[in-house]
Amino acid sequence: MADTIDVDGKEFAVDEEGYLANLNDWVPGVATVMAKQDNLELSQDHWDIINFLREYYEEYQIAPAVRVLTKAVGKKLGADKGNSKYLYSLFPYGPAKQACRFAGLPKPTGCV
Amino acid sequence: MSETIKKFLYLNRKAPYGTIYAWESLEVVLIGAAFDQEVNLLFMDDGVYQLTKGQDPSGIGMKNFSPTYRTLGDYEVKNIFVDRDSLAARGLTQDDLLQIAWEDLDTDESVENIVTVVDAPRVSALMDAADVVFSF
Repeated sequence: MADTIDVDGKEFAVDEEGYLANLNDWVPGVATVMAKQDNLELSQDHWDIINFLREYYEEYQIAPAVRVLTKAVGKKLGADKGNSKYLYSLFPYGPAKQACRFAGLPKPTGCV
Repeated sequence: MSETIKKFLYLNRKAPYGTIYAWESLEVVLIGAAFDQEVNLLFMDDGVYQLTKGQDPSGIGMKNFSPTYRTLGDYEVKNIFVDRDSLAARGLTQDDLLQIAWEDLDTDESVENIVTVVDAPRVSALMDAADVVFSF
């Protein structure tokens, strides 16, 4: 994994697993570029989850575990979206791991 | 996953910053929540400072992780206890502590604040009743 990613000509430092080194560096383009590397095109549904994760982190200073994410999404965005099937369909590498990476958050606690 | 539900007690006795114990304990609780056990937290001695409101460790270059305690309800921690004597010895009361809500998103059942200040006999009883005590 490269130690930087290129977003619109600007370099962003990432760790060895591809997570953004500095949360405050994040711009939406980071998510777009990371998604492209994973062969994903981001839709509004993806952005809803990414934005949700950023808000959650802002308030609680951690990235939520999948189980917590699933419940919280169901509450906020509707029961049809609060299930792991839906979240995995958006983020095939795992809603917590992959979506958190796109959102510029650290790897969720408990993820290996 | 095991069918047997055990009572886990996380005992927190150290100040939030200066050592890694408080943060490590919190991380273990968050990870352990995935195992469907009965989880209780008990704060005593300098550990009571972990739950105080208005923490600002920016002067020592640390991240303020106290907002993370407020997620414990989401992680199915239902009981958080604080030793009354430890609070009193530091001039603190329940008003100085964070409020942590608990909510069951499936049933909409909720508790406004799961932080309870307890006396010494209850502290002993909690330790006695626990199958496993993690001391930090």
